[in-house]
Amino acid sequence: MATYQNIFTQVQVRGAGPEEGVALPVGSLPRIGPGFFDYWLGKIGNAQIGPIYLGWTGVASLLFGILAFEIIGLNMWASVNWDPIQFVRQLPWLALEPPAPKYGTQILPPLQEGGWWLIAGFFLTTSILLWWVRTYRRARALGLGTHVAWAFAAAIWLYLVLGFIRPLLMGSWAEAVPFGIFPHLDWTAAFSIRYGNLFYNPFHMLSIAFLYGSAVLFAMHGATVLATTRYGSEREIEQVLDRGTAFERGALFWRWTMGFNATAESIHRWAWWFAVLCPLAGGIGILLTGTVVDNWYLWAVKHHVAPMYPNVFGTIADPALGVGQ
Amino acid sequence: MKAWYSVAVIVGVVLAFGFSSIEWSRPPVQSVQEGYRGLGMVETRDLRQYLANPAIDKLPPPIPEASADGPRAGELYQNLKVLNDVSNAEFLRLMTAITAWVSPQEGCNYCHVPGNLASDDKYTKVVARRMIEMNRDINQNWKDHVAMTGVTCYTCHRGNPVPANVWFSNPQADTVAGQNHPSAVTGFTSLPMDPYSTFLATSGKDAKSIRVISKTALPEGNRASIKQTEYTYGLMMSISEALGVNCTYCHNSRSFFSWDQSSPRRTVAYHGIQMVRDVNMTYLQPLKSVFPANRLGPHGQVPQLACATCHQGAPKPLMGVSLVKTFPELQQFPAGNAEEDASETPDEASP
Repeated sequence: MATYQNIFTQVQVRGAGPEEGVALPVGSLPRIGPGFFDYWLGKIGNAQIGPIYLGWTGVASLLFGILAFEIIGLNMWASVNWDPIQFVRQLPWLALEPPAPKYGTQILPPLQEGGWWLIAGFFLTTSILLWWVRTYRRARALGLGTHVAWAFAAAIWLYLVLGFIRPLLMGSWAEAVPFGIFPHLDWTAAFSIRYGNLFYNPFHMLSIAFLYGSAVLFAMHGATVLATTRYGSEREIEQVLDRGTAFERGALFWRWTMGFNATAESIHRWAWWFAVLCPLAGGIGILLTGTVVDNWYLWAVKHHVAPMYPNVFGTIADPALGVGQ
Repeated sequence: MKAWYSVAVIVGVVLAFGFSSIEWSRPPVQSVQEGYRGLGMVETRDLRQYLANPAIDKLPPPIPEASADGPRAGELYQNLKVLNDVSNAEFLRLMTAITAWVSPQEGCNYCHVPGNLASDDKYTKVVARRMIEMNRDINQNWKDHVAMTGVTCYTCHRGNPVPANVWFSNPQADTVAGQNHPSAVTGFTSLPMDPYSTFLATSGKDAKSIRVISKTALPEGNRASIKQTEYTYGLMMSISEALGVNCTYCHNSRSFFSWDQSSPRRTVAYHGIQMVRDVNMTYLQPLKSVFPANRLGPHGQVPQLACATCHQGAPKPLMGVSLVKTFPELQQFPAGNAEEDASETPDEASP
């Protein structure tokens, strides 16, 4: 049994051939590929790859996604005068930038001045929403709950707040995030600076708490399940109804170490809510920034959140105040 | 066990990439607390650079001081416009020093026509004359920035006829947002590549405001955009790079705009920004017709100053060594000179 205690699957169980799945309802697009086994992917998960079901939403989502990806990539390439070497070298710096503030929320500014950004954003959003429909419908088709779709929706909420809802409320596409690796990070830092330090935004605080909380819960849960695997805990859902020794031991571990233990079902509700509340709270925080609050540090001072410290430098006054206004 | 070897290899490759692709400071790095404890207001010093600053070792040897007595240079030489009132000994000493500071390889003839030292035929002499006035202006009227340390030609030139860290507007910045390409100016961020043209070369209506952060908790009309904020951020990165310091050298990073929480150095930096802008507009830009085309930038711009031109990576240029102390003729305009008030009023387009 000790061979089972590893991040890599030690024993790969395979049937005579790939499992094909049940027949699809009439009118569905076919599943793609007969499926095959991959030894190395089997090391970290199920060795069977495919068949995959795309359906109309999947195909449309991929098409729109590829369009957005191409528009972004070609704009980046154009920004280095179509030089393939510079494209690779500068890739982390390159971006497709939203329109300048002067265009407000104009539907289509000149293509070179943000028009492409809007088109790429539209295609990307369409692609993401279609993929959401797909997760919802596949869950229904399998007779599952729609928890995955709603968790995905929480992430889409944050994405839409950043790139669409807040820019609309601010009356300017320029408020939105550029497409680019370093550029979106520099945007994030500039956003925090402009609005007086986002760390004083209570919804940002909540979002961070849920983000780090998710990591902690994931570690605790993963560790508990792995630690009780030798008693059969990987069949954890069965144990919601029929507790076995694996679950009892895991529960005792936490009750004895911190006095409280989740149940085999509730731990997944904890994890789901922590994960979902991270972008949900974050999105609210972003939405309030610039629309309702303009300087989070001063807001925090006003509401006695930010502490005051002794001034060791003496009085430093704004030198511009001495200059004739 | 084999799995662990592959993990180790992956970790090794990632570390090797990290160490080779990014600029690091090798220990010892000293962290000096500046503000109140717990606020992270520290100055980080790479001791290897800080203690053994190569700029200090390369200083030109001092020249014995000259007598202020005797006939005035203006009485002895022709076509003298800014150094009329100094003694002959001081004049010759200054000329010797300028040669050592600006053109040690090229010598006197970098500016002077051999055999006719009074001639203005070489543009370099016309520029040099104006730069002497600039020196005096900075030392006399910008003590808020240069204090008593002052500047000489050497502060920027360091033995190069054209200072190493002058700037021109960046043609790459002509793209949509003027950003998103690697630029040493802004510390290899993707921030706007040319914060100088906007903030250090124009004033009045053309100038963007450096100040973008709201002074009120709730929205009360500040429409500064994120893109504008990125310009300010770019300028701040360039200052950080030029001085070899982090943000907290001047700011309390929990509230970048608050003057009452800033270090006094921020006031010095404020006057530095005003000074550079004033010097660029008063002295460098009007020289456009004097410079030959090969000295102008890609947009036909004159070479201009930024923080790095003097600082060259040090919090204080030449680590605070004052060369102007023994050159009274560079410390101020002669009494009654019309240029004296050239930059009395710093621009109100304040950062």
